[in-house]
Amino acid sequence: MGAQFGRLIYNGQRVKITFELNGKAAALEIEPRETLAEVLRARCGLTGVKLSCESQVCGSCTVLVEGLPVSSCTYLAYEVRDKRVTTIEGLADAKGRLHPLQQAFIDQFAFQCGFCTPGMILAGKALLDENARASEEEIIAYMSGNLCRCTGYLAILRAIQQAGAELRGEPATSGDGAKP
Amino acid sequence: MSTANEFAVVNHSVPRADGVAKVTGSAVYTSDITLERMAWAKLLRSPFAHAKILSIDASEARRQPGVIDVLMGSDLGAIHPYYGHAVKDHPLLAIGKVRYVGEPVAAVIAESELGAQEALEKIRVEYEELTPVLDVDSTLAPNATLVHGMDYIGGAFRGFDDFPGGKKNVCQAVHVEWGDVDAAFAAAAHVVEGEFYFPMIYAYAMEPYVAVADYDARGQLTVHSSAQHPFMVRHDLAEVFDLPLNSVRVIVPFVGGGYGSKSYTKIEPLTAACSWKVSRPVKLQLSVDEAFLTTRSDDACVRIRTAVDSDGKLVAKQALIHLNTGAYAENSPMVCRKAANRIVGPYRFPNVRIDCLAIYTNTVPASSYRGLGAAQITFPVESQMDELAHKIGCEPQEFRLRNLAHSGESIHPGLRPIDADVPGDIRLADEVLRANGALAPKHGRSVCCSASDAGAHPVTLAMVQVHSDGSVSVMSGSTEIGQGSHTVLMQIAAEEMGIPLEKVRLVGSDTAVTLFERSTGASRTTTLMGRAVMEACREAIAQCKAMAEELLGAPASEFVEERGAIRHGKERLSWPEIIERYFQMEGCSIIGRAYLRRAGPLKSVPIFWEIGVVGVEIVLDEETGKISLDTLVTVGDVGLAINPAMTESQDLGAATMGLGVGLFEELIYDGQQLMNGTMLEYRVPRFSDLARRIELKLVQNRDGVGPYGAKGGGEGSLNPIGACLANALYQATGARVRRLPLTPERVWKALQERRTPAPAAQPQPSGGSNTPAAKTRA
Repeated sequence: MGAQFGRLIYNGQRVKITFELNGKAAALEIEPRETLAEVLRARCGLTGVKLSCESQVCGSCTVLVEGLPVSSCTYLAYEVRDKRVTTIEGLADAKGRLHPLQQAFIDQFAFQCGFCTPGMILAGKALLDENARASEEEIIAYMSGNLCRCTGYLAILRAIQQAGAELRGEPATSGDGAKP
Repeated sequence: MSTANEFAVVNHSVPRADGVAKVTGSAVYTSDITLERMAWAKLLRSPFAHAKILSIDASEARRQPGVIDVLMGSDLGAIHPYYGHAVKDHPLLAIGKVRYVGEPVAAVIAESELGAQEALEKIRVEYEELTPVLDVDSTLAPNATLVHGMDYIGGAFRGFDDFPGGKKNVCQAVHVEWGDVDAAFAAAAHVVEGEFYFPMIYAYAMEPYVAVADYDARGQLTVHSSAQHPFMVRHDLAEVFDLPLNSVRVIVPFVGGGYGSKSYTKIEPLTAACSWKVSRPVKLQLSVDEAFLTTRSDDACVRIRTAVDSDGKLVAKQALIHLNTGAYAENSPMVCRKAANRIVGPYRFPNVRIDCLAIYTNTVPASSYRGLGAAQITFPVESQMDELAHKIGCEPQEFRLRNLAHSGESIHPGLRPIDADVPGDIRLADEVLRANGALAPKHGRSVCCSASDAGAHPVTLAMVQVHSDGSVSVMSGSTEIGQGSHTVLMQIAAEEMGIPLEKVRLVGSDTAVTLFERSTGASRTTTLMGRAVMEACREAIAQCKAMAEELLGAPASEFVEERGAIRHGKERLSWPEIIERYFQMEGCSIIGRAYLRRAGPLKSVPIFWEIGVVGVEIVLDEETGKISLDTLVTVGDVGLAINPAMTESQDLGAATMGLGVGLFEELIYDGQQLMNGTMLEYRVPRFSDLARRIELKLVQNRDGVGPYGAKGGGEGSLNPIGACLANALYQATGARVRRLPLTPERVWKALQERRTPAPAAQPQPSGGSNTPAAKTRA
């Protein structure tokens, strides 16, 4: 019974999908059951996608689909057909210049082990793309789906604020000391 | 306290060396490593806490498409399948018996990860259930079932000769005693006594355990792993497979967090055995759910009493600590020893008697967790300091200051005297909290401290290569686990060699290339590896000077040393110029090396005392029992911060981890079964738990044995948080909770049960009796 049911939902068939990956056209044959994280890591070599909780809790596998953050650990690759996917590898510009958020994470010491960092930066990008003037409270609320076990979050908050200021064309704020 | 900056590179917050790699996704972790012909392993785990394995039938699993082979305990006769650095009690797969729910029973090795996973359900295992022992009390009962019931031999560590063996459920017993405790309690003016419980914790390193092993046809075993201690892993692998050390190579790339949970050997022997079985490279990637079933912290029940004389001076402490160590010893014998040492705290005690037992149960094995026993015992110690202060009518900070050991004073007979200014640290944290002004209703404050004999055993070897083009390679066996050690070690090399930081590169942990370093843990890296790199640079410079004597035909006494060079008369020769002229060859390099051992300035242990000083102000929602953090202050008494921004970041990270233990985190067993072993059910601190105000203070008195007077940090700020929260809750409400975490439910219940009125009637707790804040509060 179980095996029959298994055949019902998956008969070994592969599906061809096309999508835009980090600004370039991509075409892949996938199994319908494969997650976006599996496909990006194993098939596309984009190991900046980090897998941790695999249950949509930690945010380490966050990538952007049509500019919005998704947990690629539980998001079927099939869902990205004809859509735009951005991973951490696609954030620096064509000349290799870091995105303001990437630079801000370095400037503010906003990571230690770095395992949450790609997801953290991409979630921050989605926020700032939507609202470069996000307040501290808005940043905290928006980012609460991304876990970090090393830093205690303050430096990440500072980094997102620094990048926000830069994207708005304002002078960078100082990163040291307490939360105001 | 502040250091007029005499340094060119160290003591500056230079950007992290791993920055670009980590923000662009190009940093390689073990989970990102794929080898040619690599197969995948997946594990079948025990559904029972204690059972005999009667039979395993893997024939159907072996027939599944893509399955290469199945490994089980009965295949391990040709190797030494029990490992463990303290005691070799841990089979790499269950042999004849399982000892906890989740213990690996068989490994499927297949062409793909999914194929291996799918074949697991085709394995048939027949068990005969045995009575499990699941908690400490039933485990210690007479005639309790034995978790092991067989004898084992010691592992790589010396010092565990007193291991009681498997004939009892006591894995390790440590006794610490001095003075006359019974007489002191009999004569004491006041005594407080209580029982405290510190929960089982899952460290949640975001990268779960992972290893890639290749046991090749030449008999060379190469293992890439997320291990904190590559050389300890190499030792265990050499023993399991009976290989010489030169045939085992352990490589550790970037590690996605550890916090103690990746110390010592974990899945490496099993992964290597899979590779040995199928003669191909094999990758074993655990999920986080499986990591929950691999290592946790020892939970601790602490029965403790403390006495003061009529002057409010501490006179005696007695404690019985029961650590629930789970099914295998792992590093719990060391946790046991450290908890017994650290429960004294940074205080003067003339009379002490401590008994600490690490006890086997049929639960997930416990091992190191950030702080190594200190978090477990600082909660009772510092809770009881406040209880005693209130009992004798003294303000808690005043009571602490009266009893704290000052720099140079001994707190432990035979150990290194305190090498930190703990009273000054406490005052600093207190000042920060007082700046908040009058204490508002439902707010509470507390400053607590801890002292840990840190650094572990000092055996650290390092080398630097000085190249003739002026660049330098630092070869270090310390693992970059996020703490920033690579950056710090490169800063030290740049400082010593007189070159810009950009000219330094670091070659990281690879046992075939880098020299022996015992471990990366116990906050030791800056102190020990930092000092080794400094000494290795100085040795390379000494070689350069000897070469210059020959080149210039002049004694070194005539040289004037400058930054990165010597001057002799009008001639200035930099280190790389000397090397090139000496060898008459471009592209040449020399090696400077340092071998640190327990001798000279490192003779006295601990290598340093790691002090944790933390202050909190909490806000309580009395309706729900929810505690939030208003203010957090950490004080890092680190001697000299090689990279101040990274040091502060470590302190905040440790404190935040402590906040998790204090408020949310606890592994819960229901019978044999771990009930909340997933991140859906295990709550760790989030962005929204950020304190309103955060102050990260560094105290830099250059009083350590590390380079330039540095000492380690990164664990201390975790230890006091539980007691800080409990003491602040007491100040806010008069309710005393002796069990962590302080969940809303637990706090709410305590509020309902509290008998004492709010502490308006109590002696003035933290906040100070002479401050406007305290007066308003009273």
